[in-house]
Amino acid sequence: MTVMNKNKVGMLFFLGSESFFFISLIIAYAYYSHPGGKLSETARYLDVAKTSVFTFFLLASSATVGLAGMKYGSGKRNQALAWLFVTVVLGIIFLLGQGMEYSRLINQNITISKDVFGSSFFTLTGFHGLHVLAGLILLTVISLVLLSGKFMKMEKTALESISMYWHFVDAVWVVVFITVYIGAVL
Amino acid sequence: MREGIPIPEAEKPIPGLGSEYGLLQWIATVDHKLIGIMYLLTAILFFIIGFILALLMRIQLIHPANTFLSPEVYNQVFTMHGTTMIFLVLTPMLTGFATYFLPLMIGANEMAYPRLNAFSFWVFLSGGILLYFSVFTGGAPNVGWFSYAPLSEKFFSSTPGVDYWAVSVLLMGIGTIGAALNFVGTTLTMRTKGLSMRRLPLFVWMVFVNSFLMLAAFPVLNAGLAMLLIDRFLDAHFFVASGGSALIWQHLFWSFGHPEVYILALPAFGMVSEIIPVFSRKPIFGYEFVAISSVAIAVLSFGVWAHHMFAVGLSTPFNAFFAASSILIAVPTGIKIFNWSATMWGGSVHFTTSMLFALALLIDFTIGGLSGVGFGLVPIDWRLTDTYFVVAHIHYVFIGASLSGGIAATYYWFPKITGRMLSEKIGKWHFWLFFIGFNGTFFVFHFLGLLGMTRRVFTYPDLPYFGSLNLFSTISAFIFGISFILFLWNVFYSLRNGREAGDNPWKAWTLEWYTTSPPDQKNFGKIPEVRSRRPLWDLEHPENPDWKKKSWIK
Repeated sequence: MTVMNKNKVGMLFFLGSESFFFISLIIAYAYYSHPGGKLSETARYLDVAKTSVFTFFLLASSATVGLAGMKYGSGKRNQALAWLFVTVVLGIIFLLGQGMEYSRLINQNITISKDVFGSSFFTLTGFHGLHVLAGLILLTVISLVLLSGKFMKMEKTALESISMYWHFVDAVWVVVFITVYIGAVL
Repeated sequence: MREGIPIPEAEKPIPGLGSEYGLLQWIATVDHKLIGIMYLLTAILFFIIGFILALLMRIQLIHPANTFLSPEVYNQVFTMHGTTMIFLVLTPMLTGFATYFLPLMIGANEMAYPRLNAFSFWVFLSGGILLYFSVFTGGAPNVGWFSYAPLSEKFFSSTPGVDYWAVSVLLMGIGTIGAALNFVGTTLTMRTKGLSMRRLPLFVWMVFVNSFLMLAAFPVLNAGLAMLLIDRFLDAHFFVASGGSALIWQHLFWSFGHPEVYILALPAFGMVSEIIPVFSRKPIFGYEFVAISSVAIAVLSFGVWAHHMFAVGLSTPFNAFFAASSILIAVPTGIKIFNWSATMWGGSVHFTTSMLFALALLIDFTIGGLSGVGFGLVPIDWRLTDTYFVVAHIHYVFIGASLSGGIAATYYWFPKITGRMLSEKIGKWHFWLFFIGFNGTFFVFHFLGLLGMTRRVFTYPDLPYFGSLNLFSTISAFIFGISFILFLWNVFYSLRNGREAGDNPWKAWTLEWYTTSPPDQKNFGKIPEVRSRRPLWDLEHPENPDWKKKSWIK
């Protein structure tokens, strides 16, 4: 049996724990968005088309962070850095998209305190957004460490662990997108 | 053995408060032993506070229509008592022992993530301090330890007490998740050569299984707490009448809350699974069954939560499912009781204080378990819910299992932590006053519950037997309290005057007894290869080691 890597084991179980947090919020959303058994009227205000585009940017960032890891693994530091940079930019674009969606909804007077749909929508997508933000901070920090040249061989798993986190955040978004946005048009 | 963590490791004994670093050493440390000790000291500090709160309630209830505490104060006292004892006493007690002993028992020099370990402790302690800070902000929380909505919402609880409660429990939850990550990571990656999962000490097994429970249960509570705080601060509608559902809070809380009961019980089971074999001078009976039944408990514990909610009027199939699962979970729990009893059977049992507390767990937890099976039956639950029968049940589980196990472990492991033995003479007094005081206080609650005395009410009417049973309970509670004054005196006295322990005072078989007492900052210099479940037995009996036997003991 190969020795399990400490960093990756820790990240794996952390993400396992996180998934219970998101499952709770997703179930809560599924319940609260259907008052009286059918979908809340407020769900019609969601912009499914635009959000699909921004979803594409986030999914693309999963691929780019994977490329960064591959390049780093084969010793190409500069290319790895470039792909990390692209990943961060894609993540920022996703968050900007979410910000636009939020401000549009709030302008139409759909807020966290308007009704129970608003409460559960903003809580679920908001917590996901915070996780994207945390991922961007992690990616930025690891990029700076890589840039400074102090990224020793021993700590290779740091980049792999952060990639795991980033893939997880993307995967959660896929579930959230299907539940919230696809669910709103079905 | 495997390489340690690349942190500077001094080769001198644990620096205490008297060392040149003083207090800074404790605040800045990432050493699992110092952090473990701080968890245990936190538990003792809050235990004293929580116990005083309990005695205040018992004084109020000493006779009918007493006016010692006002209803407002009484509500705050029982809320703080419950939250304190569960989150700030039992949790750090079990986490503390696990943090201290898990690396020692698997032959490691550190936890897998030493910095996360320190972070977990300080986040946890901040939560505890915040909870008590609420007293200075217009009143402690007063809605009970499970803070049912909509009572916990702004409309009914406008003071910041509930806010402090929610934030502090959230912080303690985050700390506990961090600790659990460390336990899983350490168990999976830091075991010494030859220590396969099938040879793990049972305490490590239970902590390992328990960590999965923590990792899965606390995020659910955190989601609920986040929603409660969003309700209170941003006027959301999760648990209020304007479109929300108070029932969802109950589902979220109890799908955390019931696993939490096992989170607090499993490590205690692990402790007595170490203690009973050592003091019976026999290997544990049915190691595999003890380990696997823990996994069964962990899995089942996520399917039983709604037995806390039979009274809310769920549908009959729903009730039936949760009744069945609640009864089913008694099976793996019962298996353990048989394992421990069979371990003692035919062994040469040494009745040390530690062993006596382990036996108290066997007896009192069985009582608590049986009343629990009763509550699994829906009609009985309907009759007894919100009465003192529930109060009896919860205390037989939390004190009968978790606290008894923790005290048994204190007498067992104190020599390793401090290098000195606790006084057996004071210990025996502690035990008998504990046993009499505890059962005296809480056994009568069964009768009071059957007679219909409701919990969480600051007083009670002068009905037949109510006054005399409550008086009996209060007197017993003070005997119970005296037992802990003896305990604290024992710890205080033995730290200076206790007999020198030596490396292995109990002639135990697991690796923590291989190193010095107390261990140096670096736990182990070198360690023998583990070839069975009892490495120190093999070491001391080279002519008859376990790994040469053909039995299941390997």
